[in-house]
Formats: sequence, structure tokens, C-alpha cells
Amino acid sequence: MKKTIITVVGKDTVGIIASVCTYLAENNINILDISQTIVNGYFNMMMVTDASEAAKSAVEIADEMEELGRKMNLSIRCMHEDIFNTMHRV
Amino acid sequence: MINQREVTETIDMITRENLDVRTITLGISLLDCIDSDLETLNHNIYSKITEKARNLVLVGREIEREYGIPIVNKRISVTPIALIGGSACETPEDYVTIAQTLDTAAKEVGVNFIGGFSALVSKGMTESDEKLIRAIPQALATTERVCSSVNVGSTKCGIDMDAVRLMGEIILETATLTKEQDSLGCAKLVVFCNAPDDNPFMAGAFHGVTEGDTVINVGVSGPGVVKTALEQVRGQGLEVLCETIKKTAFKVTRVGQLVAQEASKRLNVPFGIIDLSLAPTPAIGDSVADILCEIGLEHAGAPGTTAALALLNDQVKKGGVMASSYVGGLSGAFIPVSEDQGMINAVEAGALTLEKLEAMTCVCSVGLDMIAVPGDTKAATISGIIADEMAIGMVNQKTTAVRLIPVIGKGVGEMVEFGGLLGYAPIMPVNSFSCEAFVNRRGRIPAPIHSFKN
Repeated sequence: MKKTIITVVGKDTVGIIASVCTYLAENNINILDISQTIVNGYFNMMMVTDASEAAKSAVEIADEMEELGRKMNLSIRCMHEDIFNTMHRV
Repeated sequence: MINQREVTETIDMITRENLDVRTITLGISLLDCIDSDLETLNHNIYSKITEKARNLVLVGREIEREYGIPIVNKRISVTPIALIGGSACETPEDYVTIAQTLDTAAKEVGVNFIGGFSALVSKGMTESDEKLIRAIPQALATTERVCSSVNVGSTKCGIDMDAVRLMGEIILETATLTKEQDSLGCAKLVVFCNAPDDNPFMAGAFHGVTEGDTVINVGVSGPGVVKTALEQVRGQGLEVLCETIKKTAFKVTRVGQLVAQEASKRLNVPFGIIDLSLAPTPAIGDSVADILCEIGLEHAGAPGTTAALALLNDQVKKGGVMASSYVGGLSGAFIPVSEDQGMINAVEAGALTLEKLEAMTCVCSVGLDMIAVPGDTKAATISGIIADEMAIGMVNQKTTAVRLIPVIGKGVGEMVEFGGLLGYAPIMPVNSFSCEAFVNRRGRIPAPIHSFKN
């Protein structure tokens, strides 16, 4: 299973998690884990997801999530977990 | 399981500290394109490049988006053209047509540079080599994306001073033919000693004859990441400093290894090497000179610079080498002037001279790189500078290179603007005493005594 790490950073507003989760549900992307904090009014979320059943390609998902973030004034990044694994695990 | 701290660290490296994969370079052998008819040869070259590199840019973009790591350049290197054009090219003009074919092919597949308009003449020039070298000014003036390099020396063979003398003239002629663009042609021309066969970085990349048919070589970068890591250990001992550089270089190189393996798999091309270099860009915070300042220098060029650079270069290699299954290319810290804001600042402050840069090249990964000099610099003086740099490479068994830009119509202190990754540079003064009688001696410098290891 290829996991995708989604990070969401930006000023906290109503409905951030709702809109991100709606997009994921609509695209058949399963959420495996969520951690979220708010520091000084800044929203910071990391999700571990499984996109192996998604119809769209990883590139499309990354592009669309980035666009979703732009609309809400957030920075949303989708990255394959391997970039973190290779960098931080020997 | 990956934790949030690690994820944040990686994302900060990418978004704030300019971590990127500098280039995925696809090496393509053109040996099977050789033909005695020039038109057929050009056709073969175009077909092979456009077929092999068809998906390069697309795959690069896919990996970039999927892993969230910027891949700044997708490039191609080819077999040194002097070896390919020998039987078809009767004049330098014939070689220019090959350069134009390379340029057209590069544009067709969407890469921003194609390297390999090159000749390897460390011991002597064949007729074909000399024709190619004489074609370089015209080739670089009439193409946009072609890069050229000439290897004029090696530890094993010595230095071909006839080629060194010729290259002084060729650099000046290239500068003259491209004077409308601040002599930009010279930014695409490198003179080497001990040129590696698998260098992915431009302008010196070519696909060596020892390589297979196609190969993927990847160059990583990350001066900003090292600089930020060192900010955390200010005032601490050298042991801590070295460990910090090594750890950072390891992480940066691992990203390169991941990208290289993915690209290799998706393009169905064997993985060659990772070039674990610290390659700066003109962007603020993406500077090797800033790392030297962080180590404790007021400016790059101050006393202690060579020692600090030696330390940095060595730790980058030590950290990076374990992160990749194959390491090669130039691997180390690059010290170009125009491509590094900290170096530009050092020149403007009067801290950095050509002579200090020469000393620094003894311990960095390459050589005198992207240095603008006055347009009235004599060809023999340029040859003298090349000879000095080649001697450093030959004796120290390392790669050295010269990429000088005599800016026609401009003098010391004036600025030149090359644009994009090539940056801008203040013109530096050159020692004006003559070396003409030395440069005009025919023949070659013999290989040094320590080259005889058999």
C-alpha cells in the first residue's frame, strides 16, 4: 500500500477539516491517521492517507488539493510517504 | 511510522531552504548514429535523442508532483560530438549543423540544456577534435540550449598546451560572437582537466564513452539546508559542525537517490550515479558562500576560506556517500560566482579575488566557474588562467574546470546579467602581466610523477 502524507498549514478558519475530508471521500482516498494542532491561530494538520483505490493519479490529486488550499488561503501538500522514509530512516 | 516533526523538517527544507533536485540528466550514447553522410548523421542524432528522451520531462514532472520535491532541470547529455562527427564533418561549419540538430532535439523534448558538444583532447587533438573546437563559437552563438566542453588535461596524460592555447582564442571568439547578450555564449562553455564521464551538471555534462547506451544521472543541491542546519550549532566545536554537515548532506542525498531510482524505473533507463553536490543558485539563502560565512568568515575570500571550504567539501562527501548506492560526477561544493549571491556580495565587498578563487578550487569540487572578466583580456592570458587551473587538477588528481566570461565592451566593476540560474556578476580584475611566451610554446605538459601507479 502506497501512503500519501497530506499536510495542511494556514490561518485557522471554520471548515478546513470538513472540506479536505470531503475532497478525500469524493475521490475514494482513505484516511489512516490524523494529527492536528493550532499554534497562535495557525492551523497545522498532518494526515496519513491511502490513495491506492483513487481513480485519479497522484499528480491530479496533488494539483487539485493544492488548488483547494489556494481557495481557502491554506497551503496543502500531498507527498508520497517515501520521501520522508528515505530522508529520515536508514 | 513517520512523525509530524520529520514531515515538518522535510517540508521546511523544501519550502524555506530551497532544497531541490537540481537536475535529472539523461545520458544518451550517439555512437550508433555515426555515418559518413552529414545529413544522415544529423537525422540519426535527432531521431535517437527525441526517441530516448520523449518522456523525460513528463516523468520528471510526475515525480516532482507525487513526492512534492522540486526538480529544477531536466537535461540531456550526449557522447562527445568530436567522436561522432569525425567521418561526416569536413569543416567546422559541418559541426555547427550538428549543434543545431542538438538544439532542435532539445527544444522538441522540452529540456533546457543539452551537453556534449565536446572534445576530449588531454593528450592531443585529432583533426576532427580541432574542427569541433573551432566550431564552438559559431555553435554557441547560433543555438540556445547547447552546452560545450573540452577536456584538455588529465592526471594520466598531462596537459595539452596546444589545446589550452586554442581554447583561450575560442573563449574570446565565443564572447565576441555573443557580445549582444553580455557574451553569454561563454557561460555554456567549460574547459576541463580530469572531466568525469557521468557529470549531470551543465555546462560540462557529456555522456562518456565508458557509459552504456542510456543512463540516468541525478544532481542534488541544498546549500540553504546546510546553512540553516549550521545556524543551530553556532559557536560549537568543529566536531559538532562536521557532524551537522554530514547528517544534512545525507538527508539531501537520500532525496536524490529516491528521485533517481524512480526516474530510472519509470523511464526504463539504468540508474548511473548521484552527484552529491552543493550547487548554489542566485536565490537568497541558496548560497555556498553563506555557508562559509556561517562557519565563521565575514565574507567568502577572507583568510581561512580555503580551510573552511575544504572541511565543507569533505563532510558533504562523507555524509552523502552512504546515502546513495552509486556516487559520481563532480560531487562536492560548487563555487560559481555569478550563480551565488554570497559570492557576488564577496566580490563587491572586495573580499574575493580571482587568485583566492583559484586557491579555493584546490579543495572544492570543480574550478573557476562563472567568473566575468574584462572583455579586453588577451587570449594568452585566458590560456594562462586555464593552464593554471588544469595544473591544479592534474597534480591533485581531481576534476578542475574553467568557465570564464570575458564580457566584450565592459570593464572591471561593471555588472553583467545572464538571467535565470546563471545569475549576474560584477566583472573581476585579471592580473595583466603577460604569459604569452609560455603559452606560445608548442606541445604538452608531461603527466606528473605520481600518475605512474602501475
